Order: sequence, then C-alpha cells, then structure tokens
Amino acid sequence: MSVSSLFLIVLGLGFIAFVVGQQRAAGYEGDTRLKSLPHHYGFLTAIWSSIPALILLLAWLSFEPVYLQKQIEQSLPVEALNQSEEVLELYMNNIHLAIQNNQAGDDEVVNNAVLHYQRSELHSRSLITALVFVLGLSGIIAGLSRLLFRLHARVSIEKVIKAFLMLCSGVAIVTTVGIVFSVLFEAIRFFEAVSVFDFIFGSSWSPQTSIRVDQVGSSGSFGAVPLFLGTMLISAIALIIAVPVGLMTAIYLSEYASARFRASAKPALEILAGIPTVVYGFFAALTVAPFIREVGESVGLSVASESALAAGIVMGVMIIPFVSSLSDDVISAVPQAMRDGSLGLGATRSETIKQVVIPAALPGIVGGVLLAASRAIGETMIVVMAAGLAANLTVNPLEAVTTVTVQIVTLLTGDQEFDSPKTLAAFALGLMLFISTLVLNVIALHIVRKYREHYE
Amino acid sequence: MQQGLTSEAGSVAGLNNFEATIGENLIDDAKISVRHADVFYGEKQAIFDTSLDIGRNQVIALIGPSGCGKSTFLRTLNRMNDTIADCRVSGSLTLDGEDIYDKKMDPVLLRARVGMVFQKPNPFPKSIYDNVAYGPRIHGLARSNAELDEIVITSLEKAGLFEEVKDRLTAPGTSLSGGQQQRLCIARTIAVSPEVILMDEPASALDPIATAIIEELIDELRENFTIAIVTHSMQQAARVSQRTAYFHLGHLVEVGETSRIFTNPRHQMTENYITGKFG
Repeated sequence: MSVSSLFLIVLGLGFIAFVVGQQRAAGYEGDTRLKSLPHHYGFLTAIWSSIPALILLLAWLSFEPVYLQKQIEQSLPVEALNQSEEVLELYMNNIHLAIQNNQAGDDEVVNNAVLHYQRSELHSRSLITALVFVLGLSGIIAGLSRLLFRLHARVSIEKVIKAFLMLCSGVAIVTTVGIVFSVLFEAIRFFEAVSVFDFIFGSSWSPQTSIRVDQVGSSGSFGAVPLFLGTMLISAIALIIAVPVGLMTAIYLSEYASARFRASAKPALEILAGIPTVVYGFFAALTVAPFIREVGESVGLSVASESALAAGIVMGVMIIPFVSSLSDDVISAVPQAMRDGSLGLGATRSETIKQVVIPAALPGIVGGVLLAASRAIGETMIVVMAAGLAANLTVNPLEAVTTVTVQIVTLLTGDQEFDSPKTLAAFALGLMLFISTLVLNVIALHIVRKYREHYE
Repeated sequence: MQQGLTSEAGSVAGLNNFEATIGENLIDDAKISVRHADVFYGEKQAIFDTSLDIGRNQVIALIGPSGCGKSTFLRTLNRMNDTIADCRVSGSLTLDGEDIYDKKMDPVLLRARVGMVFQKPNPFPKSIYDNVAYGPRIHGLARSNAELDEIVITSLEKAGLFEEVKDRLTAPGTSLSGGQQQRLCIARTIAVSPEVILMDEPASALDPIATAIIEELIDELRENFTIAIVTHSMQQAARVSQRTAYFHLGHLVEVGETSRIFTNPRHQMTENYITGKFG
C-alpha cells in the first residue's frame, strides 16, 4: 500500500478510536465520577491508536531505502561488488533506473536485482501495513478495556501535548544549529585554502581564481574588510535616516496624532515594509542614484553612478516602518499614569515625552532599531542595484561599494564548483556575518538590560 | 446605570432633591473657589452646577460613591482633564482669584502650583533621587547641584521617606514598596513647592500600616499646603480632613465641617452614604 494511504489509515483508525473512547466515557456508569470529560477520553484513545503507529510509520519511511539498498547489494554476484567504486555506482544507477521504469534490460544481473528489489519492497510494504493495523487497532482495544477509566485522561493528554510543543520548539533550534554547523564546516574548508588572518584583515577583495592550473588569471585575494566596511557604511546611512524619522513618527503617532489619523496612518506606513525590495532597488538605481549624481555634480562633486549613499537612503526609507511601528507600540504601552504623574508636576508634554515616556519605552525602541539594523545588514537587492559590485575600500558614501550579502550572492550564483576557494568564501562570509550580527545583538541586549528603566 | 442608581436612591424620601448644596460650601478667604461648575465628557455631563470653596491650609475630603464625579472634580482643579480630548468645563474656577480656565493661564504653570498625587503610586522609571529631582529640574528651581540635593532631601524628609531611603537614593523608585512609592510620589509633588496638593485616593492601593503613615503625613502637610483628597474610606475622611464634601451622581450634595458631617449629616443621602446604606 502506498505511504499516503497508510497515513490515511492511521488517521481513520485514530478517528474511530476517538469516537469509541468518547462514547464509552459518555456512557460510563460507575461508582465514582470520571476524572475527565468524555472528549478527553476520546482524544486519549485516539492518541493511543495513532501515535505509536505514526512513529512506526516515520521510522519505517526513513529506514526503508537503506533496507532496500542492502537487499540489492545482497542480490548482486561477488564479481559485480568487487568492481571499482565508480563503476559500481554507475551499475547501481542502472538498477535504480530499471526499477523506476519497470523495464527488463538485457543484463541478467540487473534484471535479477530488480526482481529482488520488487520482492523485498512488497514484503516490507505488507509488513508495515500489517503493523500499522495492529498498532492502530490495539490502541482502540486498549480504549475499550478497563484501563481507560483508570487514567486521568486530561492529564495524560496534556503530557502528550506538552511533548509535542517541546518537539516543535526543538525543530527551530535544531535547524538553526544545523545551519550554523554546515556553514561552519564549509568555512573551515575555505580557511584551509586561505588563511584566517588574510580573510579577516585583508584589504583587497577579488575572488576570481583560475580554474585550470595553466590558466593565466588572478590568483584571487580574499580580504573581507572592504565588504564589511561597505556593509557598515550602507547600514549606517540607512539607520541615520530611519532611526530619527521612525522615532519622530512614532512619537507623533502615539502622543500627538488623533486616534482617527493614527488608525489610517499606521497601516499606510506599514505598507512601506511590504514593498518588495526589488522595487526599492530599481527606485534606488533609476531615481535616487541619478538624482544624487546630478546634485553632486552641480556642486562640483564627483559621484559614482552607483553610490553607497543612494542605496543607504532608499534602504533607510525601507526600514522606517520597522522603527516607527515597533516604537509606536511600545510608546503607547507606557502607562498613562506615567504621563499623568509628569503632567501633574507641571511638566510640558514634550518634557514628559523626552524624560519619562521615551526612557520607559527605551528597551522596546532599541529592539525596533535592532530589527531595522539587521534588516539593513541583511539587505541585498537594493545594494546590488544601487551600490554596485565593486569592492572598494572606502568610507566615502559617494563611491560605489559592495556588501557581504551581495558578494555571497555573486559567489554562489551561476555555474560554480563547490571545492574552489571562490565558492567556499561565501560560507566564510556568511559565518562572519552571522558572528558579527550575533555580537551586535548581545551588546545591544546588554545595553538594554543595563539601562532599562522599569515601570509599574 | 445612572437611571438604576437614581431610581434606587429615589426609593428613599427626598433623595432626588439635587436642587441646592446643603451646608457651608462657601467660606471666607478660600484658596480655590469654584462657582457653578459644569463638566462634560462629550455629551455626558459628569458634574452639575457645583460651587465649592477650598480653604487655605486645610484638608478637604471629597467623598461619594464610585462614578459620582469626585475624581473628575479634582482633576478640573489643575486642568488634568485637558488631556482628555472631549472634556469641557464651564463655570468659574479661581485659584487665589486667578481664573484657572483663563486663556492666559498656562496649564503647565498651573500644575506646578496645584500638584497631584494619584491613586496608584506611579514613580517614574528613574532613581529615587531623580524622581524627586524631576520637577525642580524642569522648573529650574535649583541653581546648583547642592541646592538640588537640598530640595530632594527636604522633600523626602517632609514626605517621611528620607530615613528609609537615604542609603539608596540611586536605587530605582520602583524598587520601593507600595507605601514607600506613594510617599515618593508625594515627595516628588512637594519638591516643586506647590500651593495646593490634590490627592486622588492616595491610600486605596496600600495596606493599613502604609495608609496610616500617609494619613499622618497629610495632617503634617496641612501646615504648608492646601489639600483636597478624594477617598472611599469614611474613616480616612474623618481622620485627615477638616471639611468634607459629599458628591452624588455629579451633584455636590452636602458640605460641612468634617465633625459635623459625620455626626449630624443634614441630607438624607449623606446620612445613607456615611452609615453605609448605599454606595
């Protein structure tokens, strides 16, 4: 039976189990009152029926291919197995192809292997179907037994739910750890070819390496400083725009604006965050960058057609809603009692905002700014389109710069080999970006905790 | 709800007589004089034609059932109601003869003269010192740090809190207990040297011991300040105030010497309230 129908069987048996358990509990006539409600007993029976079957099914799903591969290998004659690794792999591919197409070939050995495979698969499928039925039905039978009423169904269900919730949070953590390790291992491979010192402190970035030994080409230099400087420059410009504008917006919306204005202005601002970054990108490249160049030239400055300033400004506009919306929420959450207390002492509205409301809301505001900063650091599209790809080592916002994320994209797009330093450099950059944002977060958290002013 | 209360009150004879305030609502040499004040929240009228004088260096207690308008009345005295968008006040309210609602009256300066202590202690998220120094700083009352220190210490002393916090003036104000926080809020109010202190149920969130300390403090503060206090506790009104005003459904029903109100109320509703028959 196919896997999807097996799952359907498990679900069907679970449903039957639910009905059985609930009906039994509803019809319960004993000396003492039941500890839980009928539907709790229904769910408990359903859990008994489906959880073991599901676990078995998942385990089988992950082990079946391994088992089948073993079966194929066993069917092969010794001569076939003694071939060199590459030939054997090719041979296996032939077998799998034959299995997929269900065609008999002219190779006796392959045909034999295919037959063996199909027999094994049939056995394995029949076995698992039988087991799923046995487990599902035994859950229902357990629900029909006296055991059901000896348990406190609600407590048991809560335990199962708690375990499930733990599993879900575990998924996120395991995924993160997995990503970090995969990036870490690739980065270590990169650092085998390029020294860590050169990477972190090198001031020249030119990742083109020769593909063949005899090729004439640059040997590649992997100094990440220009990239990180570019990232910091563009992010700094973006934050210089976004933090004051966003914060002022938040203060106006939460403290001065009428409820009606706020109700329409806030969603309108949040639309800004919903515009795809590509759209911002061509806005930056086609409108803002030429404008900056013209203005620059009119005052006698030479401005590159792609400049850090253009990308930074547009990125700043893009992250305004992050700052304003989150800050607005935390400022509105400051208790009215704080404002009353300050106003009652004869403070003006602006004194109240500056000295009482903002300090009280500071942790949340910093959180909003951090979120905006991480968006700015991770932003790629606007930079590609408006700031260019040239890894210039400069802090002049009128020149073209590039960022870490942009370089990761250019390193990994197109036909690439995964063993050259050029592609592996992307992982090293990713790792450094990850570490630096982590450090940034830790520092910010520390600052917030230290200067947090508690209210209530 | 208003109707329900009215009909309930109407079952006792003479209860719907909101025509005129009984007792001595007007006195000589008043600090604050209110004449024919009406207060509206949008369409709803919260205070009806109220006239009341608040005596200099006296404590006046405003009592009455919840929703009777006593807090609203208190907040009109220093224009805290300005922060509520659809609140309207009419009638004449004067502080030492100056019209509180005059266009030339700056509500910010008014509130420096008429301070307010709130029901729930609301220390700022700052240190104990900064909480008290907040007002003097924004009003530029101190020319040097030493002077500011002195204001802070005197205010804390007057609020009876200094001995308890003198070793930890830099600790956050919120780290204090509820009663201490409320005394901190009083110290904060005293620090700007107001003429009048309005207290909106200042002890309702506190335990009996902290309440007793606050009440003692209010009695001491009377020497230097004029105090109006809203309270739900009859005993508290009797203990701390010289005059008592009884509000009911936005009407000022009866005003008089506290001792007289509690021993010999003239209006049936006042008697019902203070003997606990309703409210």
